[in-house]
Amino acid sequence: MTREQKPSDANVALGTRLRRTWRAVSIPVSSVLLALLIGAIILAVSGSSPLAAYSALLKGSLGNSAAVGRTLEKATPLVLNGLAVAFAFKAGLFNIGAQGQLLFGAVVAAAVGFGVSGLPAVIHMPLALLAGGLAGALYGAIPGALKTYSGAHEVITTIMLNYVAINITDYLANGPWKDPSPGNIVARTPRILPTAEIPNLGNIPLGFFIGAVAAVLTWWLLYRTTIGYEIRTVGLNPNAAHYAGIRVSFTIILTMTISGLLAGIGGAIETQGVVGRFQPGFNVGLGFDAITIALLAKTHPVGVIPAALLVGAMKAGESQMQFSAGVATEIIDVILALILFFVAADRIVRWIIRTRATEEEQVILSTGWGQQ
Amino acid sequence: METTISPPRIRTWLNDFGISAVIAVVVIVAIFWGYVTSPQVTTAVLASTLRQSTPLVLGALCGLMGERSGIINIGIEGQMLLAAFIGFLANVYTGNLLLAVLAGVLTGAIMGALLAFMSVTLKMDQIIAGTVINILAFGLTGYYYQQGLTTQGKLLPISLGPLAEIPLIGPVLFRNPPITFATLILIFVIHYVLFYTRWGLRTRAVGEHPSAADTVGINVYFVRYTNVIIGGAIAGLAGAYLTLEAVGSFERAMTNGRGFVALAVMIFGKWTPLGSWGAALLFGLTTALQTQLQFGGRLAIPHQFIGMLPYVLTIVVLAGFVGRARPPAAIGQPYETE
Repeated sequence: MTREQKPSDANVALGTRLRRTWRAVSIPVSSVLLALLIGAIILAVSGSSPLAAYSALLKGSLGNSAAVGRTLEKATPLVLNGLAVAFAFKAGLFNIGAQGQLLFGAVVAAAVGFGVSGLPAVIHMPLALLAGGLAGALYGAIPGALKTYSGAHEVITTIMLNYVAINITDYLANGPWKDPSPGNIVARTPRILPTAEIPNLGNIPLGFFIGAVAAVLTWWLLYRTTIGYEIRTVGLNPNAAHYAGIRVSFTIILTMTISGLLAGIGGAIETQGVVGRFQPGFNVGLGFDAITIALLAKTHPVGVIPAALLVGAMKAGESQMQFSAGVATEIIDVILALILFFVAADRIVRWIIRTRATEEEQVILSTGWGQQ
Repeated sequence: METTISPPRIRTWLNDFGISAVIAVVVIVAIFWGYVTSPQVTTAVLASTLRQSTPLVLGALCGLMGERSGIINIGIEGQMLLAAFIGFLANVYTGNLLLAVLAGVLTGAIMGALLAFMSVTLKMDQIIAGTVINILAFGLTGYYYQQGLTTQGKLLPISLGPLAEIPLIGPVLFRNPPITFATLILIFVIHYVLFYTRWGLRTRAVGEHPSAADTVGINVYFVRYTNVIIGGAIAGLAGAYLTLEAVGSFERAMTNGRGFVALAVMIFGKWTPLGSWGAALLFGLTTALQTQLQFGGRLAIPHQFIGMLPYVLTIVVLAGFVGRARPPAAIGQPYETE
């Protein structure tokens, strides 16, 4: 864990350094390639041309500057949700509830966006972002508190809270916060005021940089602060952490709160930078994508950025793929499941590409139901 | 020594079953009162309770088969979903309901084998392994889904002769479609297998202390594989129930969280088949009441609040009861032979 501070690092020969980098990224990169290969086989077997599908996917995600903008746009909530999941993993917690936390962040950011008026953009935009983040944080704190006070495992409670969040936000967008403009019959909030919007720089959505900054801050929090040290210690061994004087319960609730904060900010950016309002039914299944991203990044906060970009590119290109190659977009979900499989089943990948495991590659994941 | 029941034993019994006993008494009184005031509605709600509980208890049986042998199965949702889809397709293309149910069960078993391969052989994190199954099932069913397909008939209720004529009990217990009947039998079969057979003892030994089981010559991998595959087949039956018995068509993500609720049912039922049945009936009752409230139009509550009742109940149940129940000791840990 402290390998960043080894003085000899500066003198390491280029070859060694390259080899080390390859070792760090070999599993994720090979996993993606293997998943794409099996995806191609599935496509070919069901009568589609893999080449046409993948080239359409590439064109739709990176083909021109608008496509790149779309990739960044899709990647933004994925960065923040991937961070939320990766962060919780560090404390040995499995947050499948990023989607629910994101929904609350999105709806509350919308409420502040359309409900509060008369503020300059410099205040209104961050205020709505913060409000969304706090909503996600509070919603994330619930499973944390349930785990510490009652032992209810976060995997089930966060999934259940996702369904609860879908219902509550649907109610809000249909009821008290429904767009009252004449002729509107769909469930959605009014458009947020221009002062609350997160602008684009040309085709580049500014929200993506908020996500990137959040990734660096999360890394700093985890590896450069006492709280981060405590979180990682709880993740490695809660008993040892307890005897070392770390307040384990507090740390678990704090971790889930910060995890929810990240997911909530992701939802707020989606509202303020992409959709312009809250509309139920967007980003279904995002919580599961976030797990894939977190593991693809080996739960490293900065690694989440490229992982989310990759998944974001697939999500950005899938409609082009459906349009010009006639392939159903759900093939992307199949490929993502395969990526998750290969990343987690690193034994298979190692056997295929013939590399050995290194100690730093060991990622501590969740434990069983019983342990607290 | 054991001839008299000493006070501590009563206290242990109260501790173990007290809350369940209180709930049971309340439910029985409510049923009696309901039947006296409005027999039709009560009968309808109870019949619906039993049917709503069917996929949940099947899911819970799948979960506990795995967990009793030490394997967490968070992929029940995906196993159910894919089985529901394959069973549905089999019926659409062959028109044979029995074949369709078998196709669903077989799909579940294959997904069970995949889970066992990931968690036993590859020693993957078991929660990730289940998540892989969930995403894969979601993606595959979405990818191969075609709009406009309908089943050729669905499984219809069978009346068990004169038994079905008994007031209240007859229509609720003895007039049901085949998978619901099969589930009732399966609950007792698995209870018997788990607690009264050699295989059950081996399963529990492997789930509690795999290395001790290994020492006395039990093949830990074989026991785990078999149980998880059987569990998958049971989840497959739950999937077949959804498309072939309950709805008659397939919709995307139609399992709607039932696989996860089933895990809470299993925990609430303390990893026992009979306990899970009781817990599933409680969940089935809330769903049945929810439907009754929604369509009866008796309450002015927004439908979203009624719709989230089962999920809230799951959280309450977990928060209130999980601390009192003890899971098998070895769950979640891959076993390495030395």
